[in-house]
Amino acid sequence: MQDDDLKKEQEESSGVSRRDFLKISAISAATVPVIGTRIVEAAGSPVRIYGPGKVPIELTVNGKKHSLELEPRVTLLDALRDHLDITGAKRVCDRAECGACTVLMDNKAVYACAILAIDAQGKSIATVESFMQGDKLHPIQQAFVDNDASQCGFCTPGFVVATKAFLEKYPNPTPEDIRRGLSGNICRCGTYHGIQRALAQMSQKGA
Amino acid sequence: MPDYSWPDADHRTLIGKRISRVDAPVKVSGRAKYTYDYQGANTLFGKVLRSPYAKAKIVSIDTSAAEKMPGVKAVQIIQKPGSTVQWAGDEVAAVAAVDETLAEDAIRLIKVKYQPLAHMVSDAEPPAGAGESAGPMSEDDIDDAISNQMPDQQLIAYLQKNGVSFQVDEDYVNELKGEGVSDEAVEAIRKAKYHEVKGAGSHSAYQKAAEQSQGEPDRAFAEADVVSEGLYGAQVITHCCLESHGSTAEWPDKDHLFVHISTQNVSGIAAQMAEPLEIAAANIRIHQDHIGGGFGSKFAADRWDIAAARLSKKAGGRPVRMMLERDSELKVAGARPSAYARVKVAAKKDGTITGWQSQSWGTGGPGGGGMPPIPYIFRIPNQRKQHTAIRNNIGPARAWRAPGHPQAAVITMGALDDLAAKLNMDPLDLWLKNLDIAGPRKDTYREELGIAAGLMGWKDKWRPRRQNVSGNIARGLGLSIHTWGGRGHASDCDLTIHPDGSVDIKMGTQDIGTGTRTTIAIVAAETLGLPVEAINLYIGDTLYPPSGASGGSTTPGGVGSSTRRAAVDARDALFAKVAPALNVQADDLECVNGTVRVKSDSGQSLTWKQACSKLGAVPLTVRGKNPDNTKPPDLTNSGVGGVGMADVEVDLETGIVKVKKMVAVQDCGLIIDLKTAESSCYGALTMGISYALFEEKVMDQNTGRMLNPNMQFYRLAGLSDIPELVVHMMTGKGYDERGVIGLGEPPVISPGAAIANAVANAIGVRVPFLPITPDKVLAALGQQNPVSKAGA
Repeated sequence: MQDDDLKKEQEESSGVSRRDFLKISAISAATVPVIGTRIVEAAGSPVRIYGPGKVPIELTVNGKKHSLELEPRVTLLDALRDHLDITGAKRVCDRAECGACTVLMDNKAVYACAILAIDAQGKSIATVESFMQGDKLHPIQQAFVDNDASQCGFCTPGFVVATKAFLEKYPNPTPEDIRRGLSGNICRCGTYHGIQRALAQMSQKGA
Repeated sequence: MPDYSWPDADHRTLIGKRISRVDAPVKVSGRAKYTYDYQGANTLFGKVLRSPYAKAKIVSIDTSAAEKMPGVKAVQIIQKPGSTVQWAGDEVAAVAAVDETLAEDAIRLIKVKYQPLAHMVSDAEPPAGAGESAGPMSEDDIDDAISNQMPDQQLIAYLQKNGVSFQVDEDYVNELKGEGVSDEAVEAIRKAKYHEVKGAGSHSAYQKAAEQSQGEPDRAFAEADVVSEGLYGAQVITHCCLESHGSTAEWPDKDHLFVHISTQNVSGIAAQMAEPLEIAAANIRIHQDHIGGGFGSKFAADRWDIAAARLSKKAGGRPVRMMLERDSELKVAGARPSAYARVKVAAKKDGTITGWQSQSWGTGGPGGGGMPPIPYIFRIPNQRKQHTAIRNNIGPARAWRAPGHPQAAVITMGALDDLAAKLNMDPLDLWLKNLDIAGPRKDTYREELGIAAGLMGWKDKWRPRRQNVSGNIARGLGLSIHTWGGRGHASDCDLTIHPDGSVDIKMGTQDIGTGTRTTIAIVAAETLGLPVEAINLYIGDTLYPPSGASGGSTTPGGVGSSTRRAAVDARDALFAKVAPALNVQADDLECVNGTVRVKSDSGQSLTWKQACSKLGAVPLTVRGKNPDNTKPPDLTNSGVGGVGMADVEVDLETGIVKVKKMVAVQDCGLIIDLKTAESSCYGALTMGISYALFEEKVMDQNTGRMLNPNMQFYRLAGLSDIPELVVHMMTGKGYDERGVIGLGEPPVISPGAAIANAVANAIGVRVPFLPITPDKVLAALGQQNPVSKAGA
């Protein structure tokens, strides 16, 4: 957006002045009403400000639009889990180290704990819950079942989602492709052997 | 008397086959609900304020700002001013707020004044003479011991030996009782001898246990042809459960508590929460559908769980969700103790082991901990050993798959591997040579070592140390053997056959990812002649009959036995109702392939549904129990043996170790589900790779804090670290008829030791302590050949 547009928007925006904004932050986030975004002058340029209170956020998850009011600091993962009750993606490391929260964003595998919900607007989010076709497991899920690729199962949804994105890129992976391509997800129980075999089963089928 | 024994091989259609775990579909589709996923209406979010100091006295706590913060619904002090925190991350206070982010903000508003005290987080070798002058306990020492959950026996023994340094009065005794200290411990404190202590005397961080000896160790070493000496050990690791510890507590009314908790102990949690919360255990309902890992660290209701219940009560009963953040999970929610030892082994020229001497040490945190079972497996006739436990401020230890055994294997199997090298023997031959002193499972080991060697290609691949080097890459093999007990825990099972043919099982057990649901379903389905999917399972709730905690490899034995007894009794009760319709005696009937049919005339049969309709309007419910002496035989057993072998490559320039292949050969009596049993072993090999090469709870002595409480620097093996894994389960004659034995612990014991030995075989020198990181490999190589390193 051009500065001019921002300036214009600033004049029309919610009317919370910079002074008000500072006052609000000084009290606490809890008292802040939903006020949308504002434009303020910073270093001579208009800058768009979100929060610190709740702002309207619209997410498209598994084909469905959801309108939420969240603080800008809320991650996509927490928005899904705590505000939409879509809990397939798990919170484990909460800092992009383990892959348990993997979801698809515009068909690309991403760590939902490392993306702010506010930045996921306008994107198509798909979680593991969207993979089944009716009562039927997705072929990747069936391969995980057949090869006992889950024990406690907490990392499994992340692995299933990561596998889908991986196989789209590498439909016929070599064992080395699998080792590298799925090394962004961690399992504590040690189900990697089953996952490798599930992947082998999938690639034989040419999925 | 009905025959409860397991069906023989000819009559097993499901037991022992590879059957997919029954809860796999809900897990792979994200439908499985874990404690972390549960959110009741109006859930509040709990956060704990944790001590930044490894040891400090809490001087004051000011929660007023947090309490005034909008959105905060309750504040709870966990450790009052005057208490001493014992590790960085120790719980001090907690809040519940309408949003998780607000709860985090509120925690920052709590002002705590600490008086920092000297801490120790090291588990380095005790200085000479340490621990020998252990003194009487001060009041602070006793408080420390209690708040650190020092086992009663240890506390009592210490008091009896060393006494106290203050006058114990009735007020103090009553205070202890009020804190829930056991009667035995209070009595020991009351009776402890008073010793005057000059100055600020406190007992040592080092607790040196009495020397243990047997046989004639001095003579054994004097007469030995060969004596091998070495240093061996394994680090402190954490459990790093992917689902962190925690719970959601809510009070539906003022007398009833409902707790969703991530636990290995569904039936045992209520009693633990009852006392601190002053509520009858019967008024506490515990629920858990799925658990994201426990590995021994989730048997208890923790301080944060009690805090969640208190916060909920203060907030009018609204659910309070209190799940640990990742850093707290790694700092405070459990660890496997370290164990290190200086070992000397005596042997004859032919490899016969004659003597063992060890000085060992290690830490299990504030409680100190005990000596791992060394020498492991081998009952060496002449021994002298002494262990020093280090009480420090790294946080408490908890059971970790096969407590004490992986460390014992690293120490013992390492020492024997070095002995083999000194004797110029193939370690496989040394192990086989000494199996006569390997205890009751020696024949199992012999058979398993043969199979494992075949699967590994040991005889073709094995070379003496550092004789398999190509360029910078050295290759080597290592092995270890292990044992575990097992048996079956107490378990009650209600099995109901409905007139419409449906079958329900209710049991207050839990499936910790080991396949417990599948075990129960297979046993019931096998007994009733039904497919596995026909069994409806209801587990994970105190509404169901109690079943033991999932620990010590006792679950399959426990739930398998209670389910078998329930299913046999239910089947026979059904036969009694069906027999008249088929004009036969009840004992002429059998359940096969979805039918109830006449044994002597299989054409005469009813479908399962038809048979169940003979029940009339009333469902048939029976309770099966384990143990149950009135319904023999014992369907479970104890004592297994297993072998682990590793093939590794070590880059001599970088020090990087890559595991190329691992083999596990394991027995566990009668296997219910071969598929999930094998998975337990694959998983154990994988965990062994993490233990041997990557994991370590790294503590910083300056700050007293853990330096790597995250999953970037607390490293677990990933897919790219996993080599070819081969698992072979012992089945058939000699194994099946022993009954069901659990498998959670045994296969996890040997992998670390096998990898350590393989590295020594590859590079020609022992890397003493796990994890075998590149820096340690290079240091060991440098020590072996300092000139070449200097010249490089």
